[in-house]
Amino acid sequence: MTDLNLTVIPLPSGVSVDDDIDLRGEVCPYTFVKSKLALEDMEVGQVLSIRLDHLPAVDNCPRSFRNEGQEIVGVEQVDDTDWLVTVRKVRE
Amino acid sequence: MSVNVYIPGPFRSATGNMAKVESEGSTVAEALRTLGNRYPAFKSLVFDLNGGVADHVAVFLNNRDIGTLQGDQTAIGEGDEISIVPAMSGGASGWSEEQILRYSRHIVMPQVGGKGQRKLLNAKVLLIGAGGLGSPTAMYLAAAGVGTIGLVDADVVDLSNLQRQLLHDTNDVGKPKVDSGQERINDLNPEVNVIKHRLYLNSENAMEIISGYDIVVNGCDNFPTRYLVNDTCVFLKKPLVDGSILFFEGQATVYLPGKGCYRCVYPAPPPPGMVPSCAEGGVLGVLPGIVGCIEAIETIKLILGLGESLSGRLLLFDALSMEFRQMKLRRDPQCPVCGDHPTVTELIDYEEFCLGIASPTEAAREAIRIG
Repeated sequence: MTDLNLTVIPLPSGVSVDDDIDLRGEVCPYTFVKSKLALEDMEVGQVLSIRLDHLPAVDNCPRSFRNEGQEIVGVEQVDDTDWLVTVRKVRE
Repeated sequence: MSVNVYIPGPFRSATGNMAKVESEGSTVAEALRTLGNRYPAFKSLVFDLNGGVADHVAVFLNNRDIGTLQGDQTAIGEGDEISIVPAMSGGASGWSEEQILRYSRHIVMPQVGGKGQRKLLNAKVLLIGAGGLGSPTAMYLAAAGVGTIGLVDADVVDLSNLQRQLLHDTNDVGKPKVDSGQERINDLNPEVNVIKHRLYLNSENAMEIISGYDIVVNGCDNFPTRYLVNDTCVFLKKPLVDGSILFFEGQATVYLPGKGCYRCVYPAPPPPGMVPSCAEGGVLGVLPGIVGCIEAIETIKLILGLGESLSGRLLLFDALSMEFRQMKLRRDPQCPVCGDHPTVTELIDYEEFCLGIASPTEAAREAIRIG
């Protein structure tokens, strides 16, 4: 399917998603730019679900969020094209 | 009663990816609790710790907010539809698509982000001079999205300016610099609010003009203005990003309120005629590009609260040896304007003194300890 070695992280049950953003059709770096802006508007402890269909972004977004000290709680493929990356805001 | 419950995208992982599920109950609360018992993850998404519907979730019954009915005790009928609508940011609230693209290379940086970019957009920076130093400063601040840029310059564009003053084009010769500067800035970034001050700063207008800005960047070409801007910034407690150039050498520093000023370094101007102006002595055209860019960086650092300011250090650049050196600066307790016992307590026009046309006022004479 892809040369990317995407690491799937099943979203633990019971994780409450506070906000979501649909970034289908967006490519890097705007997938990260837009989801970062969305997370900035949220409170520490809240969880953002990001819907992506650009595979490199499924790799890049979690890495970029980790670089910023945020916690990736889920990376899951939900259908043929879409992935959900779930990030918890753990710092401002 | 059997009802349909519409599940929003972010919650569907809790309901087996189903967008619509059936539930039962006589009130909204009962119907949702029934679902919660069937799907434990759904329960934690929709209910708060007290068992009520969480604040970040809005619930609609047949497209009406239950808050306008009887809340979660609203009775339901057979075939009603309950919709669960979580709060969504819509992606990037308050940012236009163009802003996201334009500033993306700032926003991705952990040290800047949307919050830092917002600080830049809200910042008001006054540039003293729209010439050699002011040109690169203005263009990089505009490109960075500094929201308000004031330009102080009384001159018109001269052909001899174009060797270094990139704000202006050949077609601009004869045009006021603040006009061609505004055009250039808005060509680069239309969302920058450019405020034109086509005038010479003096003791009458300096306070009013400078008081409207957060940071002042000095790119002036003469000593009277340099002292006037310095004294005004001390009085108004405004940060002053300073730069100057001559021949192949440049200087840059930052004066922060309470941490020294230009007069701590140079209490008095040189005697008239001792230091040539750029017009007389010449200047390498690229040099103001270097020093003006350093001023732009220091300005952006101040706005973002990042890094170590050039405050307390005088950066010297020699283009011929291609060397940067730093001198330590300190606040002088004897400084005539920012010292412990200031003798300059109001703005003074040094034009007369510096040009040697007329005698300085007694106050000026006292303040700068001459004759």
